[in-house]
Amino acid sequence: MTAITQKIVREHGLNEDEYARIKRLLNREPNLVELGIFSVMWSEHCSYKSTRVHLRKLPTKGGVVIQGPGENAGVIDIGDGDACVFKMESHNHPSFIEPYQGAATGVGGIMRDVFTMGARPVAMMNALRFGEPSHEKTRHLVSGVVSGIGGYGNCMGVPTVGGEVNFHRSYNGNILVNAMCVGLARTDRIFLSAAKGAGNPVVYIGSKTGRDGIHGATMASAEFNEDSEEKRPTVQVGDPFTEKLLLEACLELMATDAIVAIQDMGAAGLTSSSAEMADKGGAGIELDLDHVPQREANMTAYEMMLSESQERMLAVLKPGREAQAEAIFKKWELDFAVIGITTNTKRLVVKHKGRIVADMPVTSLSDEAPLYERPYQKRTPRQDAPAFDTSRPVMESLVKIIASPDMCSRRWVWEQYDNSVMADTIQMPGGDAAVVRVHGTDKALAMTTDVTPRYCKADPFEGAKQAVAEAWRNLTAVGATPLAVTDNLNFGNPERPETMGEIVGAIDGIGEACRALSFPVVSGNCSLYNETHGEPILPTPAIGGVGLIRDVTRMATIAFKRGGDTIILIGDTKGHLGQSIYLREIEGLEEGAPPPVDLVAEKRNGDFIRRLIEQGRVDTVHDISDGGLLVALAEMAMSALIGAELFANERAGVPFFFGEDQARYLVAAPWAVSEQILAEAAKAAVPVLRLGRTGGVDLILAPDKRIAISQLWTAHEAWFPGYMEAGPR
Amino acid sequence: MKARVFVTLKNGVLDPQGKAIGHALNNLGFEAVGEVRQGKLIDIELADKDESRARTSLKEMCEKLLANTVIEKYEIELKP
Amino acid sequence: MKSAVIVFPASNRDRDTAEVLEKVIGKKPHMVWHADSEMPNVDLIVIPGGFSYGDYLRCGAMAAQSHIMRDVIAKANKGVAVLGICNGFQILTESRLLPGALMRNAGLKFVSKPVPVEVEETQSMFTRRYKKKQRVVYPVAHGEGNYFADEDTLDRLEGEGRVVFRYAGGENPNGSARDIAGVLNEKRNVMGLMPHPECACDPLLGPPDGLGLFEGLVEALS
Repeated sequence: MTAITQKIVREHGLNEDEYARIKRLLNREPNLVELGIFSVMWSEHCSYKSTRVHLRKLPTKGGVVIQGPGENAGVIDIGDGDACVFKMESHNHPSFIEPYQGAATGVGGIMRDVFTMGARPVAMMNALRFGEPSHEKTRHLVSGVVSGIGGYGNCMGVPTVGGEVNFHRSYNGNILVNAMCVGLARTDRIFLSAAKGAGNPVVYIGSKTGRDGIHGATMASAEFNEDSEEKRPTVQVGDPFTEKLLLEACLELMATDAIVAIQDMGAAGLTSSSAEMADKGGAGIELDLDHVPQREANMTAYEMMLSESQERMLAVLKPGREAQAEAIFKKWELDFAVIGITTNTKRLVVKHKGRIVADMPVTSLSDEAPLYERPYQKRTPRQDAPAFDTSRPVMESLVKIIASPDMCSRRWVWEQYDNSVMADTIQMPGGDAAVVRVHGTDKALAMTTDVTPRYCKADPFEGAKQAVAEAWRNLTAVGATPLAVTDNLNFGNPERPETMGEIVGAIDGIGEACRALSFPVVSGNCSLYNETHGEPILPTPAIGGVGLIRDVTRMATIAFKRGGDTIILIGDTKGHLGQSIYLREIEGLEEGAPPPVDLVAEKRNGDFIRRLIEQGRVDTVHDISDGGLLVALAEMAMSALIGAELFANERAGVPFFFGEDQARYLVAAPWAVSEQILAEAAKAAVPVLRLGRTGGVDLILAPDKRIAISQLWTAHEAWFPGYMEAGPR
Repeated sequence: MKARVFVTLKNGVLDPQGKAIGHALNNLGFEAVGEVRQGKLIDIELADKDESRARTSLKEMCEKLLANTVIEKYEIELKP
Repeated sequence: MKSAVIVFPASNRDRDTAEVLEKVIGKKPHMVWHADSEMPNVDLIVIPGGFSYGDYLRCGAMAAQSHIMRDVIAKANKGVAVLGICNGFQILTESRLLPGALMRNAGLKFVSKPVPVEVEETQSMFTRRYKKKQRVVYPVAHGEGNYFADEDTLDRLEGEGRVVFRYAGGENPNGSARDIAGVLNEKRNVMGLMPHPECACDPLLGPPDGLGLFEGLVEALS
C-alpha cells in the first residue's frame, strides 16, 4: 500500500492542517483511496469551504420556494401543480483546456442536475466570458465552446434560448462557461437525494466508468499555470446520445414509485454522489466496486471512486424493485448494476476485490469538512466621476458602440443552438428575456442571465445588486413576475483577502437585492480560483433569473410594432457614466463608480411596467442597461426595422443618451394609451418622459442627426461573423 | 485479425472540412499545403482468420453501413 | 386516417411531430419504437427530427439499418406515404428511399433559424394545399443538411418535378445543390425535407406556414 507522503497530500490539494484534521477524524492515517475521497469532498468545488459561512446570509425561502439550495437544483411552485426546477453551474476550467468537450460536459452536467430531480429540461441558457478578441486563444475558445454547447444541447433536444457573451482581458487565461438548465416537473413528483433507510439497494445507472477526468474536481479548485495545458487527459468527453437515453430512462423510472433517492454523478463522481446521498439521508452506504460497470481494464478502487466519467447516476431503490428498474434501463440499452446497500452505520464503506479499501464516517466528508472564515478586505468602492470629451458626435459613438465586441449582435452564436425544438420557445434570443411556454398550457416561463462584471470590480456590493436588479428587470420587461434566482459566483483565489472581500461584498449585494425584490436564491454554484499568474478575473457573480407569465398572449417584446407609437422613457435619468460602455468604448476608460441601484425605485418602476403588460395595454418594452438609452432605442428599432424620431429635449447629450442609470425602461404604445400611461405614472410617482415617436426607416435624434436603421443593423451584425471568419479557430 | 477501414469523400465531392483545414494550415504558415481532404478511420477486430472471407465481409460492412457510397469511397487494410 | 411516428433512440422532435398530427387528424399517431419489427397498418409514416443513435458515424446511417426501417421500406414500396423531416430526411437518403445524400453544412456549423422556402411542386400529396412558388417560412435546425446528388440525378429530379421545396430569397443555409430543401421519390409517396414544418404550426411561435403540409396530407389520405 502506498505510504502517504507530504508530497502526495499536497498533490491532492490538501494543506497540512487539513491533513491533520483527516487523521483526527479517522483516528489513523488514511490510505490512498481515502485520501482521494477526502481531497475531492473537501475541495472548494464540493465543500464550499470558503463561501459557506457567507452563503448562509442569502434569502432562500419564500412563497414559491419548494426546494432551496443544497439539492441538485432549486424548485419553485408555478401554480396548477407545476414546478420549475433550475440551476446554473460553471464548467470554467475544463472549457479553457478543451473548449468543445468542456462546454459540452458542462451542459450535460447541469441537465442531469435538473432531471435527477424528476424534471424534464425545457430550456438552456449560458453565460460566457472570453478574453479580449485580440488574444491568440480567444477565437479558438469561442468557436469550441459555442459548438460544444450546441453539440450537446441540440442532440438532447432541449432548446438553448439565450444567455450572454462578453469579452475582457481579465478572462484571457481563464474563460467562464456558466450553463443554466430549466426544467418542468409536477410539485408532487420531485425527487431528492436523501438516501433514507437501511437495507435499500444502491444502483448504478448510465454509462460505464473509465479513467476520465480523475481529479477534475480538484482541478476546478486550483489556479491555472503553464502546465494546465498538459492536463488535457483529465478532461471528460461528453456523450449526449447516452445522456438523452439516460434522461428518458430516468423519467420512465420516476413514473414508478421504485425510487428512494437519486443523484447524478457529477464532479467527483461516485464519491460525492454516494457520500452526499448518505449524508442527507442520515444513513451509511456500503459499495462493492467489483459490480461497477467498467469501460477499461484493471481499474483501481482509487480510480473508480474519483472517475468523472459522464452520463452516470446513482439511485437508491426500495428493496425488491431492482428487476423493475433494470427492465427500464435494459430497454434504453444503458448499464444498470446493484453496487451497494444503505446501512445504519453512518459510514461510507468501499469494498474492492473482497477487501475494504475505504471506511470513514459520512459526516467527516460533510459536516466535518473544513469551513473557513477567510480574512477579507473590502476595497473602498470607486467614487470618482471620470472626465470625458462632451463634444463627440453622438451618432458616431452609437454606431461604434453597437458594433463593438460586447454590444454587437450575438446572432453568430445563437444560430448554432437549436431553439425551436419542443415547439414552445415564444421569445428567442435577442430580447430582454427568453420565454418558453409551459407545455400544454397558456402560461410561460421567462428566463435570463445577467451580471455586469465591470460594475462588480469597481464596487462588488453595488455591482452584485445590479446583477440581481437587471435580471429582475429583464423578466419584468417581457411581462413576467420574477420568482427566484440561481447564482453562479465566479471569482479569483479566496485565500487573497482582496478577492475574498469581493466575494463577501457580492454575496451581501445579492442578498440585499434579492430580499428587497422578493427574489429568493434557490440554487447556485461557486467557482473560485479563477486566475492566471496571480491575476484574478473580474468578479463575475452571474445571476440566472426565472419568472412566470400567466397568460402568454399578454407579453412584451423589444421590437417596435407599429409606426406612430409614442416612445416613453420610464425611470429617472441622471446620466451616470461611471463604468459605462460609453466610457470604455469611446474614451477607452474603465473608470468611475458603477451606477447606484435604488431597489425601491426598481420595484416601483418594474411593478408599474408589468401591470401595463399584464393588462394587455403594452406590447413593446425594453429594459435599459449596457450602453444606456440610445443603445436600447437602437435595439428596438433594429429588431423591427422600424425607425424612430426623438422629440426636442434640452437634456439630449452624451450623459442623457449613454448614461447607465438603473431602474429604467423604454415603452412604445399608441398615442391614446401613452397619454394614459403618462398620467398614471405621474400618480404612481414613477419618473416618466415622452421621448419620441416610432416610424419611418431612420433613427432621428434631431433634424440634422439621423441614420438609416438598415445602416445600424449592418454595423450591429457585422462584428461577430467578421471576427470569427478572420482567422483560424 | 485486425482491419482498418478508411472512409473518404469521393473525388469531386466538395469537402468543406478539408478546405477549412487547408486554409488553417496555410494561415499557420504551412504555405506548401495544397488541397486537403479529410475522412474517417475505423479499426475493427474480427474473429475471422480467413483473409478473403474477412475481406468479403468487410466490403459488405462498408457498402451497408460504414460508407455512404453516394458520396464516400472506402479502402480496407487487413493486418493478420 | 391513421398515422405513425417512428421513435429512434435520441429522436427529439417526435413529440412536436406527434402533436401536430393529432391536431390535424384528430387522432393520436402510433408511436413506433425502433426495435419493433413491424409497423402498424397506417396511411402515413413520419420519421421525425433528432439525432438518431447520436448521429454517430453519419447522420441517419445507423437508423437506416434498424429493424423497423426494413418494414418502412417495404411499406413505402407498396405506396404508403412516408415523410422524413430533418434527421428523417437523412434516414430516408441513407436507406435509399430517396436519392442523394445530406452532407455537412457548407458553413461547417449547426444552423438554427427560420428560413424562407419556396414550394416548387404542388403535384404531390405533401404540397397540394400550397400554391406553386408560394413562399413559406419554416425553421431549420441541422448540422448536416447540405443536399448532394450528381448532376444527372439533379437534372432528373428537376425534370420529373421531384424538387418539392427550395430555399428562397438567396438564403441557402447549408450549401445544398440548387438550393434544394426537399425532394420526392419516383412514385411521389415518399418525401424528405430539412426544414421543420411541424415547428411552424402554432401562431404563437411564428407564421403557421407548416399547417398546410399536414392538412394537405389529411385531405389526400382520408
